[in-house]
Amino acid sequence: MIDVLYFAWVRERIGEPRERIETEARTVAELVEELRGRELRYQLAFEDLSALRCALDQELADFDAPLDGVREVAFFPPMTGG
Amino acid sequence: MGRVRVQSEDFDPATELAGFGAEGDVGAIVTFSGIVRGTGGLSRMEIEHYPGMTQSAIEKIVAEAERRWALDDCLVIHRHGEMVPGERIMMVATASRHRQDAFAAAEFLMDYLKSRAPFWKKEFGPDGAAWVAAKDSDEAALTRWSASEG
Repeated sequence: MIDVLYFAWVRERIGEPRERIETEARTVAELVEELRGRELRYQLAFEDLSALRCALDQELADFDAPLDGVREVAFFPPMTGG
Repeated sequence: MGRVRVQSEDFDPATELAGFGAEGDVGAIVTFSGIVRGTGGLSRMEIEHYPGMTQSAIEKIVAEAERRWALDDCLVIHRHGEMVPGERIMMVATASRHRQDAFAAAEFLMDYLKSRAPFWKKEFGPDGAAWVAAKDSDEAALTRWSASEG
């Protein structure tokens, strides 16, 4: 089981801020592929990966990063702090 | 050594700076405050963040600034939640022996807070609500720091 968090417009498109997912995905990209296959709202949220960033256990990561031992995955658009 | 605070409440820079940089042989203090602009009839702004990550992400940015420049003190305060034009969003303060280090570190902190701290701004105006898009220039601002190691 893995916690998946969504922020900003990704959260709005998915319709919830977090969920627990049972997955066999080995990488973030595989998880994205799996989610895309679920429902239209996931397809819309993950339409363009170049517009998305992800974090594994609160650390920024690449989409090809492995999910081994990861407890929390977060998806969000590029950050706009400051 | 540097202090980081993430909060929804407003803050008073004068209060925050009392005693700032009082230790060490400080010759320069630089402060920066970011304010919500009312451009384009903006009525309010909402800043979302990633509670589990924000504090540690900013602490890492501060640690990197302290590694690159000789800072005697460093403070970052960043708000989240709802704000109206004129309200403070965040502040950065750096104290150093020399102004070059204080200015450079403050600019570095600002550049990294903009695109590496997990905040997302949503603006509400006459045409409705829209998420603020990151600019290419935000990323470009980071490359100049990797090009000039400290």
